Amino acid sequence: MEVPILKQGEYLIASVQSALTDADLMHLREAIAEKVGRYRSRAVIVDVTALDVMDSFAVRTLRDIAHMTKLRGAETVIVGIQPEVAFAMVQLGLALKGIATALDLEEGLAYLDSRSKERVPGGR
Amino acid sequence: MKTKPMSSPAQDYRMAREDTAGLLRELVAHLRQNRTQLREEWARRITQAQLLTAMTEEEIFAEATSVYDNYVEALETGTFEALQAYARNLSERIIPRGVETHEVVGIVLLLRDVLARSLFAKYKDDFDKLNRILDAYEPAANRIANTVAVGFVQERERVIRQQQEAIRELSTPVLQVRDRLLILPIIGVIDPQRARQLTEQLLRAIRTNRAKVVVIDITGVAAMDSNVANHLVQTVEASRLLGATVIVTGLSPEIAQTLVTIGVDLSEMTTVGDLQGGLEQAERLLGYKVVPIEETAQPA
Repeated sequence: MEVPILKQGEYLIASVQSALTDADLMHLREAIAEKVGRYRSRAVIVDVTALDVMDSFAVRTLRDIAHMTKLRGAETVIVGIQPEVAFAMVQLGLALKGIATALDLEEGLAYLDSRSKERVPGGR
Repeated sequence: MKTKPMSSPAQDYRMAREDTAGLLRELVAHLRQNRTQLREEWARRITQAQLLTAMTEEEIFAEATSVYDNYVEALETGTFEALQAYARNLSERIIPRGVETHEVVGIVLLLRDVLARSLFAKYKDDFDKLNRILDAYEPAANRIANTVAVGFVQERERVIRQQQEAIRELSTPVLQVRDRLLILPIIGVIDPQRARQLTEQLLRAIRTNRAKVVVIDITGVAAMDSNVANHLVQTVEASRLLGATVIVTGLSPEIAQTLVTIGVDLSEMTTVGDLQGGLEQAERLLGYKVVPIEETAQPA
């Protein structure tokens, strides 16, 4: 199933609705890489609330998306990781180090807003 | 039996059983007759052996009486349910008072000894009869001793299990001290099972309370091995995946040294000396500032 990617102001929101196959994940990666440039987005939020399990390929893809969008000049926030999923990921050694995470979509947006406030006065 | 060569083995067996039943009846009658004297003798021996020191002499005597009666009844009827129930009931009463397993086994064996001695005394002139009486008495007495001891141990284990469960439930409170700030004080030994339960509870609490900062206080943890330390690091990382920052406080000097010696990588962990410092740091992260009332009142 394809993941809808919504444009919300300066942000892109990819909301995962159901378990994803490897092909879906590859597709998501490509779509985000492409849309970040097209919409000149400043950040990408990937919402994984709907996922009860996440295999290593899914986690690696999330990490790739984060690194890739960084290269395209945007930031990635992963939101809505379930508690069980979080602990399983850590045990597998896939802790998404250096990538921003937040409790849910609302928190993710709040985090990005606070980041842009920090950034505007300084002008980067 | 040799005087009746015609009897078959089955008959032999039946006769032997009838014989045993008859002997037990005789035995029970003897024990009933000498109840007062034997009971006193037993209570005296218990005190002498310094068993049941947690109980007064009157209590010992009262319990001795009921144990004695139950004992004789079990010998008479050959059923152990009543005795079992009594043993359980007795254990329930005496375990909280600190009575040990060896004491319970000791008193039952003493009673066995007292009764056997009285049998020796009674039948000392008829060695053959004494032998047969003992044949009947010993198996039953052994079973009784067994029943009482097992009943006691089972009751003890039940109590232990119950307490373990209570401790487990009490042991991991996740408390909200401010909006979006949780504290998790850990006290006592952390075994792998508890560590796992702790993590699960914390992660769930982060989600339900929408926490942003968690302070884990391990002042009450005496020792930590590499497994537990690694588990703690994993908990911190998992919490971060849920968007919460973890501050660990109260690492004792011993634990700090152990962790450095065994080489656990704690570079990802924020640690603060004590709980107060941890809470202050957490408040800073959340953007709170605690000011005395007078100061805020001044401008008005």
